[in-house]
Amino acid sequence: MAGIDHAPPPFFKRGPAPLALLTFYIAVSLAIFVVDLRFKSLDLLRQSIALLVDPVQRVAQTPGSLVDYAASYLQGMHSLQTENDELKHAKLNTAPNLQRLAQLEAENERLRKLLAVKERENASGQVTQIMYTARDPFSRKIIVDKGQQAGIAAGQPAIDEAGVVGQVTRVFPFSAEITLITDKDQVVPVQVVRTGQRSVVFGLGNGQLELRYMPANADIQVGDLLVTSGLDGIFLPGFPVAKVVNIERDSAYSFARIFCVPIAGVENFGEVMVLDPRKPLPERPPEIASRGALPDGQRIKKKRMDKN
Amino acid sequence: MQPTFTSSRILLPVRPWFIFLSLIAAALLNFLPTAHWPGMPDWVALVLCFWSVREFRRVGMGWGFVLGLIMDVADGAVLGQHCFAYVLLAYTASSLSRRILWFPLAQQALQVMPLLLATQVLQALMRLAVGADFPGWGYFIGPFIATLLWIPATFILLLPQYQPVEQDPNRPI
Repeated sequence: MAGIDHAPPPFFKRGPAPLALLTFYIAVSLAIFVVDLRFKSLDLLRQSIALLVDPVQRVAQTPGSLVDYAASYLQGMHSLQTENDELKHAKLNTAPNLQRLAQLEAENERLRKLLAVKERENASGQVTQIMYTARDPFSRKIIVDKGQQAGIAAGQPAIDEAGVVGQVTRVFPFSAEITLITDKDQVVPVQVVRTGQRSVVFGLGNGQLELRYMPANADIQVGDLLVTSGLDGIFLPGFPVAKVVNIERDSAYSFARIFCVPIAGVENFGEVMVLDPRKPLPERPPEIASRGALPDGQRIKKKRMDKN
Repeated sequence: MQPTFTSSRILLPVRPWFIFLSLIAAALLNFLPTAHWPGMPDWVALVLCFWSVREFRRVGMGWGFVLGLIMDVADGAVLGQHCFAYVLLAYTASSLSRRILWFPLAQQALQVMPLLLATQVLQALMRLAVGADFPGWGYFIGPFIATLLWIPATFILLLPQYQPVEQDPNRPI
């Protein structure tokens, strides 16, 4: 091929034009942004990158935890003793209830059997240590030190000693990400203890929660306790979630605005317990076929039921 | 009178491993628990911007993309959020590099400020557009701190290039 009209020799090695590269990279990043947000199908990519990044992140967290350790070491005998006393006192306070708990549970089980009501499921789980909060300023998430290796799966609820903290949303090999209940639009199905009314509580993103879609004349008072209703098949019923702190009843709107604060130390550091997944709920009864007006909707519902 | 090219003195060629090391160090600084403090700069954006201005042939959009992916995963953010912002930052920084390097250091910092601010604003816009929570104004202080850090960053990152390989008293420069 030693012709006369050969291409000029490559004096300057150049890649593709910058603008072409820019278009390519922007297209790729926007594509993965949309795919990750809408279809959540990039978890394998995320997990494989996390496998590389995770050790580095742990190393970066070491100085902070060393300082914490030193602080607690230097805290001294006195404060530890007071804490110990307080704990003993608290233990004594709860002792009467705890000692009768076993008996109460047995009694409850027997009575439920007597009434032919399904037994309550027992809660079990594993304690995990919070490693750090995720740096993303747009959401409220924490990272804990157990992951796929410990058998944790996405969707499991997390509680602390006071109440519900959040829900596992992503699992990595050695860590898991828990979305707090105060994260924007994080949803927990709840029940008002005083009246037994069911509802759904939404995170607001500013450390508060809102009880939405309650009519303006609903029987809700400041100080009402909300516990998980258990209707979702994820949270066991009866865990405290939030307490109502403020109610705005405006006749211009059909719904009242009800603000709550979480009961668990959602923004605290420490340990959380990741509860094991619940047993699957019994299947929903089939829809009545004679409605007839929405053939499309019915097909979708049938498909969903087949999957379950 | 001709404008003087004051910001540039004759430097040794940059060592690729030092660029790599500085970018990794910046990522480590981002992973520190201090990253939660309000007004903490995005170290990766600062160092990436620096090398895109100084060495746009070595550090460019590819590095921006990879570092963006790493930061996305480390932050628990939506994949692609940092990638998009860093790729644009690398592109604008490298296309403005000949202009920026003409100025003395303080004015360079002023030229870089809009780029760093745009990186942060772009990410906020992307997340707000898909319904995230507003992170508060403290989120936008970071780029201004990073602008102030441009001067010490330049000094530190160019440090290995200032020293001549062998000390020779008769050497003209």
